[in-house]
Amino acid sequence: MIKFESVNKIYPPNTIALNDVSFEISPKEFVCLVGKSGAGKTTLLKLLMAEERPSSGKVFFDNQEVQAIASEHLPYLRRKIGAVFQDYRLLPSKTAYENVAYAMETIGASDEEISRDVAEVLDIVGLKDKACNFPAQLSGGERQRVAIARALIHRPEVILADEPTGNLDPYNTLDIIRLLLKINEFGTTVVLSTHNREVVNSLAKRAITLNEGKIIRDEKIGRFIL
Amino acid sequence: MITLIKRIFRAGWHGLTRDGGMMVANVFIMTMAVSVVTSLFLFSNISQFVIGSIQEKVDVSVYFKYEATESDIMQAKESIAELPEVEEITYISKEKALENFTETHKDNVVLMESLAEVGANPFLASLGIRAAQANQYEAVVNYLENSNLNYLFEKIDYYQRKPVIDRIYALNSSFNRIGFALSLILIIVASLVAFNAVRLSIYNSREEIKIQKLVGASNWFVRGPFLVQGAICGFFAALISLLLFTLLTLGFNSQVAVLFPDLHLFSFFMSSFWMILLVQLLTGVVLGVVSGLVAVRRYLKV
Repeated sequence: MIKFESVNKIYPPNTIALNDVSFEISPKEFVCLVGKSGAGKTTLLKLLMAEERPSSGKVFFDNQEVQAIASEHLPYLRRKIGAVFQDYRLLPSKTAYENVAYAMETIGASDEEISRDVAEVLDIVGLKDKACNFPAQLSGGERQRVAIARALIHRPEVILADEPTGNLDPYNTLDIIRLLLKINEFGTTVVLSTHNREVVNSLAKRAITLNEGKIIRDEKIGRFIL
Repeated sequence: MITLIKRIFRAGWHGLTRDGGMMVANVFIMTMAVSVVTSLFLFSNISQFVIGSIQEKVDVSVYFKYEATESDIMQAKESIAELPEVEEITYISKEKALENFTETHKDNVVLMESLAEVGANPFLASLGIRAAQANQYEAVVNYLENSNLNYLFEKIDYYQRKPVIDRIYALNSSFNRIGFALSLILIIVASLVAFNAVRLSIYNSREEIKIQKLVGASNWFVRGPFLVQGAICGFFAALISLLLFTLLTLGFNSQVAVLFPDLHLFSFFMSSFWMILLVQLLTGVVLGVVSGLVAVRRYLKV
């Protein structure tokens, strides 16, 4: 489903973010990307979303080379991916409901579908009562749950979560991880980038460990070892 | 498609109403830009009106020899009227000329006594010729001097009036030239100021644009609400500017009438009301939409 083939990414003038990275992720997998800050985890996810281009090598999603996709067709790729970010990246001028609905509006869903699905997903993430709140009126954990709701509302094939618990307390961290596991149980591939030792160890899922842009470990049941 | 357009309009409207401060700032700056364009439009029309009314007061008079008969004069009138440059010809008979003189100078004892001393009517019959444009008098006079009716003419009163006619012509053409250059510069400056205001508000939304793109929005779905916002700001700017100019022309109506008695500023404004509204709406909406289109482009490259 996802394939990185000898990918290098160098930021000018000579910062090596990824160094000869190759791996594959199968459908319905739950994969942790582990590494210190600056190890290249975010760059790797950005390449997958075509937010960045590799300096060399190829990135594939559903057997399609991501960087070969014309810019006008990129929205179709991104609609197959749900993204969750450490800083939530919610639209500040839209309510929680509108933020989640926005992802459905982009795919052209009808108003009936939107009102039905958004209410359901907000219920799943426990924010039914805060649908009309703006991001500024929500706590960090609530914002991240809105971001997850937005990421899964259009039933993407994969969810990329880039340090989703980075700004959260342990209680909210556990909540978010449980949510991601639940999403994975329903058959969605989840790629979770994290530097949280407890999270990786408690999950006991596949872990790809990055260090200075290189993959140093790829284990079926990974442990946080750096 | 209709759903998409409806969502774009709704998003644009929400974007504006939820950031009231930015909306007020944008509408204010666009009002200034629309007002500059409206002033230029009005100024150009008013100056044409004023120059036109001055031109109407200028003519060339052809005086006929004392012995020329009325039928000779009528024949000359018909011949001159055929010239394409000629807009109007007025015949003033000897009797009418005397009557006009007496009426104008009835209080001037010296002149009246001199007239009585002369005894007979000393005035000549004349044709007052008015050309469509100030620069056409030369052609009319050339025709008169070279025509076969020349023997009937005592005097063509052009060379005495030539400096005045030339000055009006020069004023008209330099007014057009300077007015055009000035309008162009002011329109560019006003457009740049309005564009910058829209650009700044879109710059503030650059992170939002990036998020929208990463969520899977197409370029038009991202761009659309900004264009709607630009159009709405332009629309409000046009309405405010219209109200402003209605009040200004009404307020300055009497002051302008002192300077130019023929010009009734408010009536003039109201007679061009729909045209002015159209110019303002076009300026506001086009400025808002084009500014949005250009400013948002660079942030769509995600």
